[in-house]
Amino acid sequence: MINFGVIHALVLRYLYLFTRTPIRLIELLFWPIVQLLVWGYLTTYLQRNTDAEFSGFITFLIGAVIFWDVLFRSQQAVAIYFLEDVWTRNVLNVFVAPIRTVEYLGATFTVGIMRTALTVTILSLISYGLYHFNILSLHWALFPFVFNLLLFGWSLGMISTALIVRWGPAAETLAWATPFLIQPFACVFYPLSELPAWMQWISASLPATHVFEGMRAILKTGELPVTNLVWAFGLNAAYMAGAGWLFGHVLKVARIKGLLTKFASQ
Amino acid sequence: MAAPILVADKITKRFGDFTAVDSLSMSIQPGEILGLLGVNGAGKTTAMNMLLGLLIPTEGSIQVFGKDLTKHRVEILKQTNFCSAYTNLPSNLRVWQNLHVFAKLYGVKNWRQRMDELLELMEIPHLKDRVTGHLSAGESTRLHLCKSLLNNPRLLMMDEPTASLDPDMADKVRKAIRHVQREHGISVLYTSHNMRDVEEVCDRVVFLHKGKILTEGTPDDIKRHFAEESLENVFIRVARSGDMVPMGAAVEDAEEAEAKAHAVAETGAEAEATTRAPGRKEGDASSS
Ligand SMILES: Nc1ncnc2c1ncn2[C@@H]1O[C@H](COP(=O)(O)OP(=O)(O)O)[C@@H](O)[C@H]1O
Ligand SMILES: [Mg+2]
Repeated sequence: MINFGVIHALVLRYLYLFTRTPIRLIELLFWPIVQLLVWGYLTTYLQRNTDAEFSGFITFLIGAVIFWDVLFRSQQAVAIYFLEDVWTRNVLNVFVAPIRTVEYLGATFTVGIMRTALTVTILSLISYGLYHFNILSLHWALFPFVFNLLLFGWSLGMISTALIVRWGPAAETLAWATPFLIQPFACVFYPLSELPAWMQWISASLPATHVFEGMRAILKTGELPVTNLVWAFGLNAAYMAGAGWLFGHVLKVARIKGLLTKFASQ
Repeated sequence: MAAPILVADKITKRFGDFTAVDSLSMSIQPGEILGLLGVNGAGKTTAMNMLLGLLIPTEGSIQVFGKDLTKHRVEILKQTNFCSAYTNLPSNLRVWQNLHVFAKLYGVKNWRQRMDELLELMEIPHLKDRVTGHLSAGESTRLHLCKSLLNNPRLLMMDEPTASLDPDMADKVRKAIRHVQREHGISVLYTSHNMRDVEEVCDRVVFLHKGKILTEGTPDDIKRHFAEESLENVFIRVARSGDMVPMGAAVEDAEEAEAKAHAVAETGAEAEATTRAPGRKEGDASSS
């Protein structure tokens, strides 16, 4: 049973926090904009110096920057949501409130969608202004892929939060590093076939790889690559089940070892 | 007697080989303020955390409102609340925003009205729009109290709520707790190492030492049991000597205990500890 009032309360808290601290807005926009500028100009430069056939592919570099950010924001939403409570010594107040784990995770997923929507909107406007890259002109078939990035980011967020609960604030950097650890394998900017065989094995096990492969296929053929989508959804289901289990398990370990109460006294 | 609000049956908490709480059994009656007393490290917070479901006992079981805590945690927490000197509410949010969020978490209807009532009760209505992180210790404690009363809890757990307050503010907080308890008949579990707190607020006291119950009863019972004039003297004696008066040698044995205490008091080091005690007061007991 899920109490939506509780999810609403947890999301409301994030909104209050967000509007109370403008610096967070900057954090949410600064990195993606910097990335977009670097990749955007690289893209226009490459476009001018390559033949027409390759140029559609290059245009997608801008799309890749934006879509990668979907994954990153979604992962961050979970990890930062927990860390906010650690930083403000509010952990115990939250964990003695009548909140079920699913409600807590549901709230972080919702926050992830909101964060993503905000950054994607702004990045899309900027890339349209600077590079005439219109995200709305992209194929509708990209949407289910974007949704898969949200899901994968959520799983990664649960995993990084579980590690933070288990290993304490020392593991805080994981909150920032996790997505970048997998980025080389996720084939964001280049096709899977570019990678050596041993890397391809790892890559194939990540939903993100199938998402970005699928997106490139759409831009090339204009058709929905069903296989890629099935792989993305299938792997995501497995990751979510695994990450959800890990999160629940670590919370239980925390209740045995007194890890939550340690966060209160630090 | 009505059914107890909370029953802990032989709960033990071990961290590795260290036993923080050792086979503790206790119950809280409806409308009762029960004090959990003991020196730093006695196991008060650990015991309370188990009763709140923040820690799973290594052994033993807990029933709250007649239900098993592990099986009905969320249901029980809806009618429970918590206030501790060792937590903060998110410092960036305004006072009313924090209360709004917690009111929603506990499913409080008419949260504005409830918030205004409680701010009024704690004499801080003027702080409503202030940023939580800018409050003084006393204001912050009173905000915590507001938060912990939002859902009209049947059971309120307070972990050293007066720990960081000056005597005047501590007095106000104690009066507020008494007031709420009288008005609403809620049950309170109250940990403290401040004897004034305990003597003034608690109907009954459980004295924990090294995770075990040393003695329990009303503050008067305990003073008689140890043949001391104040709980503070009892506390200091226990803290310094680890004086394990066997539990169960309760009030009836008061005279015997008194005789023993006098005998002890006349012999060297113990006597010095006891007589020097009142001059030392909270200095060495209040760090955490
Ligand atoms: N999570 C934990 N891991 C290991 N030891 C702990 C943990 N929490 C508490 N302890 C130990 O248990 C003992 C009791 O602590 P606590 O319940 O906080 O005492 P009190 O609240 O009475 O001061 C202390 O010695 C403390 O170091
Ligand atoms: Mg304590």
